[in-house]
Amino acid sequence: MNETCSIATPSTPLVPGEHHPVEEWLRMERMPHIWCPGCGIGTSVNCFTRAVDELGIPHDQIAIVSGIGCTGRVAGYLRLDSFHTTHGRAIPFATGLKLAHPETTVVVYSGDGDLFAIGGNHFIHAARRNVDMTVICVNNFNYGMTGGQVAPTTPEWAAASTTPYGAAEKPFNLPNLAEAAGAVYVARWTVYHVRQLTKAIREAMKKPGFTFVEVIAPCPTLFGRRNRLGDGLAMYESYHTRSVVKNGADTRECALTMDSPIVCGSFVDIERPSYFVTQIGALRRSLGDRYVLPDTWKGVVG
Amino acid sequence: MGADPRGVLTGTHFLDGDHAAAEGALAAGANFSAGYPITPSTEVVERLAVRFPKTGGVFIQMEDELAASIAIQGAVWGGAKAITVTSGPGFSLMMEHLGYGVITETPFVLIDVQRGGPSTGLPTLPGQADMMQARWGSHGDYEIIALAPQSPQECFDLTIKAFNFSEKLRTPVLLMMDECVGHMLERVEIPPAEQIEIEPRRFTDKGPGEQYWPYSLEECEPGGLVPPMTKVGLGHYPHITGLTHDERGYPAMNAAAQTKLVERLIAKIRDRRDEIIILEEDHVDDAEVVVVSYGITARVCHPAVDRARAEGHKVGLLRLITVWPFAGSRIRALAGRVRGFVVPEMNMGQMVREVERAVAGRCPVRHVPNAGGAVHDPDTIYAAIREVCR
Repeated sequence: MNETCSIATPSTPLVPGEHHPVEEWLRMERMPHIWCPGCGIGTSVNCFTRAVDELGIPHDQIAIVSGIGCTGRVAGYLRLDSFHTTHGRAIPFATGLKLAHPETTVVVYSGDGDLFAIGGNHFIHAARRNVDMTVICVNNFNYGMTGGQVAPTTPEWAAASTTPYGAAEKPFNLPNLAEAAGAVYVARWTVYHVRQLTKAIREAMKKPGFTFVEVIAPCPTLFGRRNRLGDGLAMYESYHTRSVVKNGADTRECALTMDSPIVCGSFVDIERPSYFVTQIGALRRSLGDRYVLPDTWKGVVG
Repeated sequence: MGADPRGVLTGTHFLDGDHAAAEGALAAGANFSAGYPITPSTEVVERLAVRFPKTGGVFIQMEDELAASIAIQGAVWGGAKAITVTSGPGFSLMMEHLGYGVITETPFVLIDVQRGGPSTGLPTLPGQADMMQARWGSHGDYEIIALAPQSPQECFDLTIKAFNFSEKLRTPVLLMMDECVGHMLERVEIPPAEQIEIEPRRFTDKGPGEQYWPYSLEECEPGGLVPPMTKVGLGHYPHITGLTHDERGYPAMNAAAQTKLVERLIAKIRDRRDEIIILEEDHVDDAEVVVVSYGITARVCHPAVDRARAEGHKVGLLRLITVWPFAGSRIRALAGRVRGFVVPEMNMGQMVREVERAVAGRCPVRHVPNAGGAVHDPDTIYAAIREVCR
C-alpha cells in the first residue's frame, strides 16, 4: 500500500465519536473533498445521499456517473459503483451502462457546463429516448474548475472570466429544455431548499424514464466574487429571498436572470413509455418469438 | 473456452469484410454495440442491428461518435462485451475515448474502416492513412494493439483475436480495416462454436463487501500486470476515472502516481509484444529484398513479388497482421542481411517510418506511396522492387 492510501476510513471518524448520518454512502477515506468554502455541491450531495437512504435502494444497485469539473468530482466521493468519465459524456456512458445492466439505478451527476455545453447533444437525445436515468445538474452558472468562464447558463450581463464585460448570450432555461426534449420528470430547487431537493431527487429516481433535477448552487469563489454577490452564506440568503415555489409551473416561465425570481418546484411529471418498453415492444412486434431478450434485461423489464 | 453457439453462424458464407467483422464480433461473444453511421463502416453495425435482437445482444445508434465510443465503455462496466465501428472522421472523434479506455483499462474493440482523407476526403474509397492516428491519435503516453486484415475471412478471424487480446490485456484493441477489405465479397468459413477459442473476462475473486481495488496487482496472474475486473452490481464499488489514479482508482495528482500508472499501462503491452505480434512471411527466409506491407495493400504485392521472383530476384513478402505494436525486432534482424526493403502502403508515408527506424540506415528502404482512392498498381510495386534489387 502506498502512502497516499493510509488515511481515514469510515471506521475512523474525522471527529472522534461522531459519525455523519450519511457517512455510509461516502468514501470517507477521500475526505476532505476539493470543493471551496461556501460551494453548494456538498449540500447537494448531502441531499442526494439522504434521498437514496430514504428510497432504500441497496448500495450495490445504484451507479453514479459524472463528467468533468467541480460537480464531476461527486462520483469519486460516493461509496457506490462510480464513474468519472470524460468532459460532457457522462450521459452516453450512463446510457451504455443502463442498457447493459438495467438492474442498476443509474444517476448522472454533473455541472451545467459539462451537461449543457459540451454535453448538450447527449442530454437532449437521452431525454428523447427516455432512457431510464436521473440527471442531477448542479447549476452554478459558470465553469468553476477551470476558473469561472462563461457557461450556457450564465445569466445575461453576468461577468465571467471570458466575458469580462458581461455575458451577452441568452442562457438555457434548463427545465424548459428538458421538458421540450422529452424528460418525464423535471424539477428545480436551490441548495437552500434541502428538504424539497431531497424529495425531488427521491421522486426522480423512483420514476421510470429520463428524469431531471436542476440544483441552483452558489460558486462564491468565482461567480459570486466576480459578480459581487457576497460569500456563500450571502448567496444562500439570496436564494431564500429570490425563490418562488411554483409546482407545476409552465417551464417557459422558468428562465433565470441575475435578479429575477428563482422559480422552484416540480414542473413536469408525466407518463411516457421508457426506452426499454419501446424497444422491446418494437422488436417483439417485428420478430415475435425470434426476439431474444438480453439475459440482463430479464426480470427487470420483461 | 469455446464460443457461445448462439452467436456463431457456423458454415460457409459469401460475405463482405464489414459483415464478416460483425460475425466475428458475435462469435467472440460481443453482446453490445453502440454505433454512429459513417461510410464505409456502417454495414458492420447494420448487421449487428439485425443479428443482436435474435441472439440476446443490444445495439443502439447513438447521436455521434463520441457518444458511441463512450456508451460501449459504460456497457463494458455493466458486464457486456462491446464493439464500435467507424471510419476516418469518426475515428478522429473517438480518440478521446480511446485514451479513456486505455487509462481506465476497459476492454473493447474499435474497428476503423479506413477511407481516403484528410477530413471528409473520400468516403467510398480506400485509404490506409489512419495508421499513425491509431498509434498516437489520443493524447498522452500509451501503447495500443492494432490488427490489419486483408480479406473478409481475416475480418472475421481477427475480430475474434482483437476481442481476445482486449480481454487478456484489459485494453482497447483496434482493427484497422480499409474500404476495399470492408466492401470486398469473398468466401468466409465460420467454424463450429467449440472450435473458436474465446478469452473470457477475468473477474476478481473478491466477494461482495470485500475490499476490491480496480487497479491493484494483488490478484494479477504471475508476472502479469493486468488486474482482474469487476462490473456494476457486485458490491465492489469501484471508482473509475480518467484522471491519473492509484491502485484504488482514486485520483492521485502527483508525478509518482503518474509514473507508476503510465509505466504499468505501457509495460503490460510491451512485455507481451511477442505474443501480440502476428506476421505472415512469404519467401522471406532467402530474400535479398523484403516487401513489407499490410491490409489490402499486402494482397496487391503478391503479383509484383511473383513477377520479380520469376525473373530470378530473391524477393520476399513480410505482412504485418499486427501493425501495433510494430514488429521492429523482426525488421531489425532482417536489416542485417537483406539488400533493402520496399514498403507499399496506401498513404504518403506512415508505417514506413517505423521500418526506417528499425533498419536504422543499414540498408535502403524504398517507400511506395499512394494517396488513397484506389489500391496500388502491382506494376508500381514491381518497379520499386526492381530498383532496390539493382
